Amino acid sequence: MSTSAFELRSKFRALTDHTVTVLAVVATILVIVPLAVIFAELIYKGLSSLNWDFFTKVPAPEGETGGGMANAIVGSAVLLGVASVIGIPIGIGSGVYLAEFGRGTKLANAVRFTADVLNGVPSIVMGVTAYALIVAPHISWLPFLGHFSALSGGVALGIMMIPTVCRSTEEMLLMVPHAVREAALGLGVPNWRSVLSITVKTASPGIITGCMLAFARVAGETAPLLFTALGNQFWSTSLNEPIAALPLQIFIYANSPYEDQRRMAWAGALVLIVLIVLAVSLVRYVTSRGVLKGNS
Amino acid sequence: MGVSIEVQNLNAWYGTNHTLQDINLNIPANHATALIGPSGCGKSTFVRCLNRMHETNPIARATGTVRIGDLDIYADAKPVEIRRRVGMVFQRPNPFPTMSIYDNVAAGLKLNGYSDHKHLDEIVEKSLKNSALWDEVKDDLRKKSGASLSGGQQQRLCIARALAVDPEVLLMDEPCSALDPVSTSKIEDLIFQLKAQYTIVIVTHNMQQAARVAENTGFFLNGRMVEYDATHKIFTNPSDKRTEDYITGRFG
Repeated sequence: MSTSAFELRSKFRALTDHTVTVLAVVATILVIVPLAVIFAELIYKGLSSLNWDFFTKVPAPEGETGGGMANAIVGSAVLLGVASVIGIPIGIGSGVYLAEFGRGTKLANAVRFTADVLNGVPSIVMGVTAYALIVAPHISWLPFLGHFSALSGGVALGIMMIPTVCRSTEEMLLMVPHAVREAALGLGVPNWRSVLSITVKTASPGIITGCMLAFARVAGETAPLLFTALGNQFWSTSLNEPIAALPLQIFIYANSPYEDQRRMAWAGALVLIVLIVLAVSLVRYVTSRGVLKGNS
Repeated sequence: MGVSIEVQNLNAWYGTNHTLQDINLNIPANHATALIGPSGCGKSTFVRCLNRMHETNPIARATGTVRIGDLDIYADAKPVEIRRRVGMVFQRPNPFPTMSIYDNVAAGLKLNGYSDHKHLDEIVEKSLKNSALWDEVKDDLRKKSGASLSGGQQQRLCIARALAVDPEVLLMDEPCSALDPVSTSKIEDLIFQLKAQYTIVIVTHNMQQAARVAENTGFFLNGRMVEYDATHKIFTNPSDKRTEDYITGRFG
């Protein structure tokens, strides 16, 4: 009797094991399929418009075929550079404060709450905010204010990066074992030094991942750039001028009546995704080179 | 050289919990002193008061006088200065996971601004030799991470790291409790050698270990020090009934 009850239980367990495995595999497929479909679609529709001109020429005048998105590629790089310079230091700094210095204080709770709210603010509101802060005001001795510019677009994207970087930095720092902090303090290392050289360094792979997530997210943003960077059909790398950006150019071309421009929009989307993947991979490669044997 | 430690009326709290009550104790220089007692008796708290690590916990505080050599550590000095003179080895090996073996040993000096690289090489080699780890790691100093070593090797790495800042006292908080017997005996051998240069205070759960390595032993119970005497006296002829009950295994 007991033997058969045992066998029944074993069978039930084997069945449960099997079911859960199948469900996990199905879930994995459901995650991968949309990604694969998007990529296939982009390649199918965009690859044919990709040529040397696409990477070297500015958009063709209205009604003419040909041209490229060189200015938008460079423009996106400039905007993302400005955004990273603003978003990453502020995000990491506030994350370090939340995890290490302000734990349990009212200020820290307020900052954490603000970051979470900021994370949920629609991106177009970020654009309007940057517009109100930088594009709208005219102050004679601050020449970078008062007009559409690459700077205002970079600021809008940079503000969007802060909450993601901040919260992921905090989470990663909290995962560093207490024993590691104690080891540093026990050597007579001052607390601030221990935080910067030991805790942050130990958490750095996770912090870098957080920064890359934030970077990749804002790289595809269009809405915050509509009232700030504005877009530009010509070459410009000046922070003081309106600047082109890949998502903006894709947005404009996707709404175009010309077949040729709509194809260019697909190509632009493909290039945008590939560039993001390349940038993230490059950062991962560069930052993983110092890792020692025995570390994952 | 090691220095003596003089503790007078030491009291310590975690929040409202009075974990150490009126401890008075003199620890001689260049000896190993063992602290034994059941879990939660305050022996770990006690050693953490000797380098002011106790107060790194925000709800903890301590009062009393602790003299290390001629330094009154609660009156005359900053915690960071004391911790450079009083090294600590923790219960679980805790090497810095992102650092190489070399950088782990050099960490205490580097993070305090020391940058004479030639001299650092010598200090790292000497510290690893003193902790009996040199022969096992000398070929991988900069290639391998501290976390890639075995548990026993990691603990000796942590000892080397503590020795590299050239302390006068070495506190060991159950240094062998996470280690296998072979690693444990290596660390015990090490304690014998290190006594010549440092004053050693070792917390242990293992009474045989106390008997093997320490000249003097203190028995802690419920936040008080019940008895403190020569180790052979504590283990063969204790003066207090509670010590005898603990030694003979009636509780704890």
